[in-house]
Amino acid sequence: MKSYLRPYATRLVLIWLPALAGVGIGIVIPLVGREIIDGPVARGDAGALLPLSLLALALGVIEALLVLLRRWMLSEAVLGLETRIRDDLYEHLQRLPMSFHGAWQSGQLLSRATTDLSAIRRFLGFGALFLVLISVQIVTVTGLLLNMYWPLGLLVAVSALPVVVISLRFERRYIDVSRQVQDQQGDLATVVEESAIGIRTIKAFGRGRHVFGVFDEGARKVHRTSMEKVRLSAGFFTFLEVVPNVTLAVVLLLGALAVGSGLLTLGTLVAFTTLMLQLVWPISALGFILVMGQEAMTAADRVMEVLDTEPEIVGGSGVVERPRGHLRFEGVEFRFPDAAEPVLRDVWLEVRPGETVAVVGATGSGKTTLTSLVPRLHDVTAGRITIDGHDVRELSLPTLRSMVATAFEEPTLFSMSVRENLTLGRHDATEEEMRAAIEVAQAGFVHDLPWGLETRIGEQGMSLSGGQRQRLALARAVLTRPRILVLDDTLSALDVETEALVEEALRHVLRDATGIVVAHRASTVLLADRVALLLDGTITHVGPHHELMASVPEYRALLSADLDEEALR
Amino acid sequence: MSGTDTRNWRGVAAEDQEELSEQVSFLLRSRSRRLLGELLRPYRREIVLLVAVIVVCNAASLAIPFLIKVGIDEGIPPMASGRGPATLVSVVAAVLAAAAVQAATRQVFLRMAGRVGQDILLELRRRVFAHFQRLSLSFHDDYTSGRVVSRLTSDIEAISEMLQSGFDGLVTAVLTLTGTAVLLLVLDVKLGLVALLPLPVLLLFTRWFRRQSSITYRRTRETVALVIVHFVESMTGVRAVQAFRREPRNQEIFSRLNADYRDANVHAMRLIAIFMPGVKLIGNVTIAAVLLYGGWLALGGDVTVGVLAAFLLYLRQFYEPMQEISQFYNTFQSAGAALEKLSGVLEERPAVAEPHKPVTLEPPRGQIRFEAVEFSYLDGTPVLPEMDLTIPAGQSVALVGTTGAGKTTLAKLVARFYDPVAGRVLLDGVDLRDLGEESLRAAVVLVTQENFLFTGSVADNIRLGRPDATMAEVVEAARAVGAHDFVTALPEGYETQVGKHGGRLSAGQRQLVAFARAFLADPAVLILDEATSSLDVPGERLVQRAMRTVLADRTALIIAHRLSTVEIANRVLVMDAGRIVEDGPPDRLIEGAGRFAGLHRAWLDSISDMPNVPD
Repeated sequence: MKSYLRPYATRLVLIWLPALAGVGIGIVIPLVGREIIDGPVARGDAGALLPLSLLALALGVIEALLVLLRRWMLSEAVLGLETRIRDDLYEHLQRLPMSFHGAWQSGQLLSRATTDLSAIRRFLGFGALFLVLISVQIVTVTGLLLNMYWPLGLLVAVSALPVVVISLRFERRYIDVSRQVQDQQGDLATVVEESAIGIRTIKAFGRGRHVFGVFDEGARKVHRTSMEKVRLSAGFFTFLEVVPNVTLAVVLLLGALAVGSGLLTLGTLVAFTTLMLQLVWPISALGFILVMGQEAMTAADRVMEVLDTEPEIVGGSGVVERPRGHLRFEGVEFRFPDAAEPVLRDVWLEVRPGETVAVVGATGSGKTTLTSLVPRLHDVTAGRITIDGHDVRELSLPTLRSMVATAFEEPTLFSMSVRENLTLGRHDATEEEMRAAIEVAQAGFVHDLPWGLETRIGEQGMSLSGGQRQRLALARAVLTRPRILVLDDTLSALDVETEALVEEALRHVLRDATGIVVAHRASTVLLADRVALLLDGTITHVGPHHELMASVPEYRALLSADLDEEALR
Repeated sequence: MSGTDTRNWRGVAAEDQEELSEQVSFLLRSRSRRLLGELLRPYRREIVLLVAVIVVCNAASLAIPFLIKVGIDEGIPPMASGRGPATLVSVVAAVLAAAAVQAATRQVFLRMAGRVGQDILLELRRRVFAHFQRLSLSFHDDYTSGRVVSRLTSDIEAISEMLQSGFDGLVTAVLTLTGTAVLLLVLDVKLGLVALLPLPVLLLFTRWFRRQSSITYRRTRETVALVIVHFVESMTGVRAVQAFRREPRNQEIFSRLNADYRDANVHAMRLIAIFMPGVKLIGNVTIAAVLLYGGWLALGGDVTVGVLAAFLLYLRQFYEPMQEISQFYNTFQSAGAALEKLSGVLEERPAVAEPHKPVTLEPPRGQIRFEAVEFSYLDGTPVLPEMDLTIPAGQSVALVGTTGAGKTTLAKLVARFYDPVAGRVLLDGVDLRDLGEESLRAAVVLVTQENFLFTGSVADNIRLGRPDATMAEVVEAARAVGAHDFVTALPEGYETQVGKHGGRLSAGQRQLVAFARAFLADPAVLILDEATSSLDVPGERLVQRAMRTVLADRTALIIAHRLSTVEIANRVLVMDAGRIVEDGPPDRLIEGAGRFAGLHRAWLDSISDMPNVPD
């Protein structure tokens, strides 16, 4: 957190100048008033009235200007700080691997990037300054009181002790509760997010009421905890106001006794109580601002929790000058962090430059996991993957990921223009290249959208069909002109005619690139030169399609059912 | 090329083209006022009580300095002259009593205001969430999930902040303001009028500020919403982001949005930076004027020195709360802007509305009729020109045709995701628009290829099909679709958490879970839209085998590109450009010379492409 404050340190310090000067003038203006009452008015000197009034006016204008200056300077500093942290948080989150994102709900991440950062900004922009100003005020006034009549002054100083003690104790409980509220709000945000993304499923089953129940439970939980927070702070704030008032009563009683016994003059007692009245507001404000500070601290903790998470997958320094796309899996094992059994074990596979290998296996056999290891969306837990002889972990991530492009089965589309979705992996693509990629993927429908390539597609593809979305995702992958093209069952939602057209076009693309094709349809398998059969987490057979068809019963079972006797009947 | 700039990345959509006219912005304000009124109405009594309590509380707290003065002026002299502490003691007792009253009322106020505030928040959350659920898919198609999230998080928070700090501060400030104004006039009318003379200027200034800041705050809410949308989407789609090295470009866009948000905030804070010292300036000028005029009056003996002193004290008190009000104005503005957006959502009427007098089907048989149905997503481009179709109860119908032929649209109309533009869709002779939501969803279930899994266990996700199903029924459904084996192989079987968006399961596994969900729901009409596309062949075969038994006594609409699925249907509809071009039992169509026969031959070719096929 400190490193974020540093660039603004000078500015944040400079702000003290107008702030303190402003407070000083605020104290001086009443003194001018007293001067007028004691001077011209008391002495009947009309001539001195005007200059003193003009002085008051000048001071008043300067005070206003100083406030303007302070606020103007502050706004840029605190907002700059907030913006920088948010930028960094986003950057860091983009670097964190899939394993992190699998475990963290985006609602929780969002509440850190918005609510928590605003809490920090509010404290820095308002709380911190007031905290110091109020402290200065309290210390000065207490000093003045001690100076006036020390026994009573001491009494006032001592009365601040319970405030401090209770504040500290209160804060511990308050932090717990507010953290709880923040977490529960994050959970609630997750429910909201899921219900929005899954709205089609919810509607299809008419489960609105059920989902509402889940949300309601979360909302009530937030309500309950917030009420606890209200009760806690209500007691605390009341206490903050009671202490100075009771002290005032005691001061009046003891002061009167002191006046009675001649230890104190009446005028001093008047001044003393008047001054003490000035302490009432700062003390109660102190509690409020301390709480704000505490909230900011909690928020900072939550933000740092994410920022301090080291990305497990970081790129090496290796660069491949002229990648050929020679891909090798060497004894690869992969196991999810909490799983007992590995998903993949002892996988050996070689894909030569320009060759295309189909990966065939039953549902859930780890095909997608296998392909995600190549661009290091996950890291192997044993063995290694090499491209042109380099371990993928030694390559820099931009190098690696520009060599490998994946068209996922479930295309992730963003609510951006079609163009932006297409050029996701290659921002500098020319119109010509885009047209070619759209052609390969048979995604010409994009030209018919209301604003063509500039049309914004909803995050789930608005009214695009599953097949249209898959073709967009395919065009996106093709556009990057990767050395290694991974097609993760990319054609599953296409109709037979379109599929044939796409396959035809893909053959050209795959001639120049190394290809991995995940497939469970014979027609797609035929895109490949060889087929690797994934059984029980490892590759058991590699060979041309017809050979495996003839000699491996498991393979036949996976692919030949299209000719199942039931199906043809 | 437009790629390098960060302005056009979002692309164009209809929603951006609306410009806010004067009239519209007035409507906006009145609808948020209406919402606020609705929310506060149930708490009328509490609010009156709250105001009473805060008045008492403020009176008690203002009484304390007054009592101290009384104590000094009238309590101490008798003591000094030896007449005993009776007056002083009673004054001290009064101070303590006032402190106690203040503490008690404060406590009551804070708790009650807190409870009312939290109750309102809960109600608002529930209302907005329920409304989002009620709104039709056509709404959700355009309204991204990021926006839904930002409505229910940052907007609600803005209102929460107002309820927590704003209300208390506002009431106190207003009370102090009016109290002081009255006191000033009572003390001396002439000087009082001079002191209050700048009030119109202040009001004008405040009005300027209010206008400006309502613009700024709307801008703040809009920019933060974009930040949220982009953030949520990048995190949800992080796999694609990383795989395609999208990070730098994303960072560029995010920084831009973040900077826009900062600029809006800077603008807002600067407005306050002008307003606050402005108020202070007016106050200070007034003080100087009162000093001059008051001093002159005092010179002539028209006012006493005491009154002048009191004036100076009270004037500071008068302008302080003005600043406080503007401090809270922040909160009020953002709450107002948030309220505006929320009321906008609440004002949206579902395009697919729940009928006033819902009809229930007991029990549904599953006969579907399309009567002259027309449909288009965007005005002017009909997807279904005019459709007449009857599907008898219990029939399994396969829909075949190229992408964009209107198959999915037809399916969605049967599931009433959309309403037809003209004509009607009937289930068992009842217009779908007259059917109650519950009744319709119990009768018709649509399974698509996008199968969303919710956070929770596998069993929870299957049970979504019928929340009251027993574990045995859940297992039975999973068995029926062939999901049982993979589920039991998971570390904790049916209790395994599926992870964010079902990320723990493969696409095929998710599809099986979705299938089990549909089987458990046991509807009279089952619509499968490409529901087996991610399954491998054995998986698909299992599902098909299961369907033969399951579909025996229900109506089914099956959309599949792979014709193997079609084989289990007893009727095939071939669609092209929104029309049915062929209709008949599969056997007969195959023997003919129509499109289906062609498609079937092409399909046979595609799978017999392989040499050495056994049998």
